Amino acid sequence: MLDVKKIRADFPILSRKVNGQDLVYFDNAATSQTPQQVIDVIVDYYSRLNANIHRGVHKLSQEATDAYEEARIKIQKHFNAAQPYEIILTSGTTESINLIASGYSTILQTGDQLIISALEHHSNIVPWQMLCEKTGAELKVIPMTLEGTLDMQAYESLLTPKTKLVFVNHVSNALGTVNPIEEIITKAHAYGAKVLIDGAQACPHIKPDVQALDVDFYVTSAHKLCGPTGVGMLYGKTELLKALPPYQGGGEMIATVTFEKTTYADLPHKFEAGTPNIAGGIAFGAALDYMNGIGMDAIASYEAELLAYATAELKKIEGIKIFGEAVEKTAVISFNVGVQHPYDLGSILDQMGIAVRTGHHCAQPIMDFFEIPGTVRASFSFYNTFEEIDRLIAGVRKAVQMLQ
Amino acid sequence: MKTIEAIQEELIEEFALFEDWMQRYEYMIDLGKSLPLIDTAFKNEDHIIKGCQSKVWVHADLKDELIHFTADSDAIITKGIIAILIRVFSNQPPKAILEANTDFIDKIGLKEHLSPTRANGLVSMIKQIKMYAVAYQTQLN
Repeated sequence: MLDVKKIRADFPILSRKVNGQDLVYFDNAATSQTPQQVIDVIVDYYSRLNANIHRGVHKLSQEATDAYEEARIKIQKHFNAAQPYEIILTSGTTESINLIASGYSTILQTGDQLIISALEHHSNIVPWQMLCEKTGAELKVIPMTLEGTLDMQAYESLLTPKTKLVFVNHVSNALGTVNPIEEIITKAHAYGAKVLIDGAQACPHIKPDVQALDVDFYVTSAHKLCGPTGVGMLYGKTELLKALPPYQGGGEMIATVTFEKTTYADLPHKFEAGTPNIAGGIAFGAALDYMNGIGMDAIASYEAELLAYATAELKKIEGIKIFGEAVEKTAVISFNVGVQHPYDLGSILDQMGIAVRTGHHCAQPIMDFFEIPGTVRASFSFYNTFEEIDRLIAGVRKAVQMLQ
Repeated sequence: MKTIEAIQEELIEEFALFEDWMQRYEYMIDLGKSLPLIDTAFKNEDHIIKGCQSKVWVHADLKDELIHFTADSDAIITKGIIAILIRVFSNQPPKAILEANTDFIDKIGLKEHLSPTRANGLVSMIKQIKMYAVAYQTQLN
C-alpha cells in the first residue's frame, strides 16, 4: 500500500492553486511532476559540483564526472542493461530515436523494409519516414483494432527477410495500450530484424528488463518518470551500437583528432558529443532512486486501482466514449463526451484547476482512425488520489451541462 | 455606427458584471450562438485559421466601404471568442480595424486565450481579421 499523503508532500507543485483552486494534475503522460528529492539534487549540483565532466583534472570536475557516471550506472541497473556503456544519455526519447534513424541511414539500402505501428507518437513516425526518403527503404504499418490494440496477425504477415527494423512503443501515449513487445521482438528476430522500443510512456508504470526482453534498442525520457526535462536515454546492445556511426561530431566523442583523420571514442562517448546535460543526467539517476524507493510494483498496482475507478465513474456519464480499452493498459483514459469538442471540455476543466490534455496527442493517425478531431486525455500517476478523480468526474459533468 | 472603442467599452462593462469564470464562460457560449455564421460555401481550406485544436473559419466582404465578417468553429468556446471579435470589428471601415488596439481582451478576462499554446486562440484570429482589413484598405486606396 502506498502512503499517498506522504508521497504528495514530496511534490511542492501539488500544493499550488490554479485558477483559485487546488491543482488536480492529470497530464502525467505529457510530463510527470518532480519530487523535492530530485529538485534538491539539481540545486545541489549547481551549488556544489558544477564543472565540465570527463576532462578536468581538478576536484570539481572529478566529482561531477563521478556523479554523472554513477547516474549512468543507476540507469543501467534500473533497466538491467549488461554494461553501463550500453546506456547513451541523450536529450530525450526524440533524440534517442533520431540517433538510431541517423545511424541506420548509412546501413539501409533500397528495398529494405521497416515496420512501425499505427499506435505511434509522431516522434516515432517522422524520423523513420525521413529515413525511408533518404535510403529508399519502405515503411510498413501494423494496423490497430477498434479496442486500440495492435493486429498481431497483420504484424506477422508484414515480416519478411527484407525487414531490417521494427519500431513500436511499449505503451501508446494516446490510448495507454500496453503492446505485446515480447512477442513483437521474438517474431522480428526470427526474420533477423532489429527492434527499437519507445518506452517513454511505459517507464513511469513498468520496469523493463532489456536483457530479458532481448530488445535491441530501448529509449525513454527522464521527465516522464519524475526527472527533469531535456534528458533521456538510449539503450542499445553493445555490438549494434558499435556498428553505428557517430550521430553528432564534436568534443567528448573523439579519441584523436588531426586534420587528416579523427578516430572516435569508445561507447558511450561516441554518441555523446559536446557538454551534456550534466545536472539533468544526475537528476535522472535520482528520479529512478525515488521511484524505486516507492517501488515500481506498488506504483503499478495503485495506478491500476485509480484507472479502474476513473473508468467506472466516467462510464456513468451519458454520451461518454472511451478510446482504447485494451485489457493491458496503463493509467491513461482518452475520452470524448457526445458531440462536445475536446478543446471545450479541456478549457472548462482548466478553469476548475484540473489539468488534462486535449487534442490529437501527437498521434494524428490514431485520431484519423477513430475519425475524431482529438480527445480529452486524463493520465494518472501514483501521487494522484481518488478524490481528485471525483473532482474530474464532477468537472466533466458540469462542463457538459454548460456546453449544452 | 458605433465605433470600435465604444463596442469594446460595452463589452468591458458587460463582462465586469460577472462574478466568476463560470458566468463568463456561459456568456461566451451564448455569444457563440449569436455568431453570424459563415456561408457553408466558404467553409473551406482558404478560410480556415490553422490551429492545433479546434477549427475556425472566417470570411470577410466589403459593402459600402465597411467590412462584414462571418465565421464558424467546431468548438463552442472558440465560437464565443470569434463572436466577440466579430462584434467588435464587423461593420467597420478597414482603416479603423487596422488602427484598433486589442487591450480589451485582457480587460474582459480572456488573457489566457492569448497564450501561445492555444494555437487556435485570439492571436491568429485577430491577425486574420487585420489581414482582411489590409487587403480591403489597399482595394479602397
